[in-house]
Amino acid sequence: MTRHLLSIDDVTAEDIGRLFETAAEMHDVQRREVKKLPALRGRTVINLFFEDSTRTRSSFEIAGKWLSADVINLSAKGSSTSKGESLRDTVLTVTAMGIDGLVIRHSASGAPGQVAGWLSQEDRSIPVINAGDGMHEHPTQALLDAYTLTRRFGSLEGRHIAIVGDLTHSRVFRSNVKSLTKLGASVTVVAPPTLMPSGVGDWSKEAGFATSYDLDAVLPEADAVMMLRVQRERMSGGYFPSAREYTVGYGLTRSRLALLRPGSPILHPGPMNRGLEISPEAADAVDQSLILDQVSAGVAVRMAVLYHLLAGEEAGA
Amino acid sequence: MSLLIKGASILGRTTADVYVEGGVVREVSTSSTTGPRSTTGPGSTTGPGSTPERVVDADGLVLLPGLVDLHTHLREPGREDAETVLTGSQAAAVGGFTAVLAMANTNPVTDTAEAAERVWELGREAGLVDVQPVGAVTKALAGEELAELGLMARSRARVRVFSDDGRCVGDARVMRRALEYVKAFGGVISQHSQDPALAGPSACCHEGPLSGELGLPGWPGVAEEVIVARDVMLARHTGSRVHVAHVSTAGSVEVIRWAKSAGINVTAEVTPHHLLLTTDLLAGYDPTYKVNPPLRPAEDVEALRQALADGTIDAVATDHAPHARHDKEHAFVDAAFGMLGLETALSVVSTVMVESGLLDWEGVARVMSTNPARIAGLEGHGAAIEPGAPANLTLVDPAASYVVDRADSVSLSRNNPWHERKLTGRVVHTFLRGRETFGG
Repeated sequence: MTRHLLSIDDVTAEDIGRLFETAAEMHDVQRREVKKLPALRGRTVINLFFEDSTRTRSSFEIAGKWLSADVINLSAKGSSTSKGESLRDTVLTVTAMGIDGLVIRHSASGAPGQVAGWLSQEDRSIPVINAGDGMHEHPTQALLDAYTLTRRFGSLEGRHIAIVGDLTHSRVFRSNVKSLTKLGASVTVVAPPTLMPSGVGDWSKEAGFATSYDLDAVLPEADAVMMLRVQRERMSGGYFPSAREYTVGYGLTRSRLALLRPGSPILHPGPMNRGLEISPEAADAVDQSLILDQVSAGVAVRMAVLYHLLAGEEAGA
Repeated sequence: MSLLIKGASILGRTTADVYVEGGVVREVSTSSTTGPRSTTGPGSTTGPGSTPERVVDADGLVLLPGLVDLHTHLREPGREDAETVLTGSQAAAVGGFTAVLAMANTNPVTDTAEAAERVWELGREAGLVDVQPVGAVTKALAGEELAELGLMARSRARVRVFSDDGRCVGDARVMRRALEYVKAFGGVISQHSQDPALAGPSACCHEGPLSGELGLPGWPGVAEEVIVARDVMLARHTGSRVHVAHVSTAGSVEVIRWAKSAGINVTAEVTPHHLLLTTDLLAGYDPTYKVNPPLRPAEDVEALRQALADGTIDAVATDHAPHARHDKEHAFVDAAFGMLGLETALSVVSTVMVESGLLDWEGVARVMSTNPARIAGLEGHGAAIEPGAPANLTLVDPAASYVVDRADSVSLSRNNPWHERKLTGRVVHTFLRGRETFGG
C-alpha cells in the first residue's frame, strides 16, 4: 500500500484485494451489537472538508470512530479560505496540532495531492486520503463501488459495467474507470457528447474503456449499470436542453429497465435525482438496486482504508 | 563616460570593436587587433584618440541591440510585495532588456494619464531600463467604456500600446471603437485573446485529454482563435493595427499568417514558455505551471517555433508575471496565473531557437529587439548597431550553459517555471545608453 490514497493510481489490484479482505471483516463488525474495534485507539483523524458533504463525511466519521480513532470534522468552506489564507497555510496549521491522518474533500481538482506534497516538504509524514477532489477523483467511492459489485459477482474479471451520466464533471466516473479496469472489468461510459470529458477519445483508448452516446444499445450488453447524478444547473451551462430531454435520452427509466439483463445490478453514488437520471422503479428495484448496499459498504471500505494507511505494517496487513 | 566593447561578434556575424561615448555608439571598427578605428559613416566624428574609461573584453560574445519586452507585469502600484518597478527593472537588466512595456492591470489600473505618468516616472527613477507604460483599453479593464486613450497618448509617458491584458476586450463593438480611435495617434491595441464564453475565469488547463483526465476546467485553443480571427477582420475593417499578445496555438498562427498575406496590419508575440513548456507539466497540479493562456501540447509549441522563425510571429515577449508565494500556494484552480520570464527569456530563445538552427543571432535581434521596438513605437531602441545609434546594447555568451536556480533571481517573486532546467546562452552585460545596467 502507498502512503496516501489520492487516486486509484496509488493502489494495485493486489492492494485492492487486500483492502477488500479487510473491508469484509469490517463489514461483519457493522452487524455486531458493539461495533468498536481498538485498532486506531489513540490516533486522531481530521476530516478536513472544503466542500459540503453529508454522506461522505459521516461515512468517514463512522469508519474512524468504529476503529476507535478520535475523529474531528473541520469544515473549512468559507472560513480560513475566505480570509485569504493559502491552502498550504490551512493544512500546515491543522496538521501542526499533531494528528495522524488527514481526510480531505475539496472542490478543486488535485488539492489533496498538493497537500500531500506540501506535507512531505515539511517532513510531516501523515497519510492523506482523498475524499473527493473537484472533477478529479473519489477513490474511496470507487473502491466501495467495486467492493459492492465484487460481493455480487464474486469477481469483476470479464464483467461489463456501464457508467452513465455527467461524465465531464464526475470524479466518481474518473476513479471508477480506473478501479474497474484494474480489476479486470470492461467499462463503457455513456453520456451525451456535451457531457463527455474533453479528449475522451484519446484517453479512453489509452486507459482501455469504451464510450457511447447510445444508452439503449449499451444496456443489453451490460452486467451492471452505474448511474451518475446530473446536476440540474448543468442546463444553464447549455449541456443539455431540458431535464425531460435528458431523461428520455440517458435516464434509467422504467421502460429502459427492461433492456437490462434480468437481475443486473443498478448502482448510484447518490444523492439521486429521482425522475431525472433514475426512475423510482430502478432506484428501488428489489434485488437489483445496490444503492443502499453501497452506502453500507462505504463504511466498511473506509474502515479498511484508514486501517491500512494508519495502522499500516504493524497491523500485519 | 566612454566605453569600448572589444572583439564582440555583432549579431553573430562580424567581429568588431564598438566605441561608445555620451550614450551613443561612435565607432564600429571591424579590426579587433588594433585600437578602435573609424570605418563607417558620418556619425563617427569624435575619434577615440583618448583611452576609453571602460573596456569590456567581448571575445566570444555576441552583441545585440538591447532587448525590448512588449509584455511585462511590474505589479506597482498595488502589489509591491510581488514586484516593484525597481525590482522588475533589475530583472529586466539581468535579462538583457533595455526597455519594457509595463502592463496596465495594476491596482489602480493604468487607465488615466496620471497613472501612466506615475509608472513612467518610477521607471525613470529606477533608471535601469526604459519603462514604457501600457494603457488600459477600457476603464478599470471592465471591457465597457474606453479609457482615456488620447490623454494617455498625450501624456509625458507617450502611451502608444493599449491592452486590457489579463482580460480580453470581448465586446466586438468596444474593440472596433478602440481600434478606430487609436489611429489618431498611431496607437495599437494589444489583445489578450480569450473568448470569455468559451474560456471563462476558471479555465486553466489546455482543453484536451489531460484536462479531461485531471478534471481541470478546460481552456480550448478555439477560445483564442475565434478572437484572433475576429480581431484581424476588425483591423481590416477599421484600417487599424492590432497586436496579438501571447499567441499559444497553431490555429491562431494559421489565422495570423492568412491575415498578413491579406495585407492586414497585424503583429503577434509569443512567450518563451509557450516556445518550450507543454501542457503535460500540469499533471502534478503544480501551480508554478499555471499561466494564461495555458501551456499547450507539443504540436502547438512546434507551430509557434516555426511561426517565429518564418516571421508570422513578430516578437518574443515575456509576460513576466511575478506572484507572491502565498498567491500560488492554493489549489490549482484557485492559484494565480503567471510565471516569471524576464531573466531567462534570452536563454530560452537561445536554447529553443538558436541551438536548433531555427534562428540565428540576427533573427534573435529581430524578434527580441527590432520588431518589438517598432511595434511599440519606441525610439532609441531596436536600432542597428552603427555610429549614431543610442548605445542600448546586450552582450550574450552563446556558449554558456547553466542550470536555473529560482533562488538566484533578483525578482521579488519565485514563481519560476525554469527552476532546475538547463539553458544555453546567457546575457552577460547590458548597457542602457552606454551605462552598464548589468554585468561587470
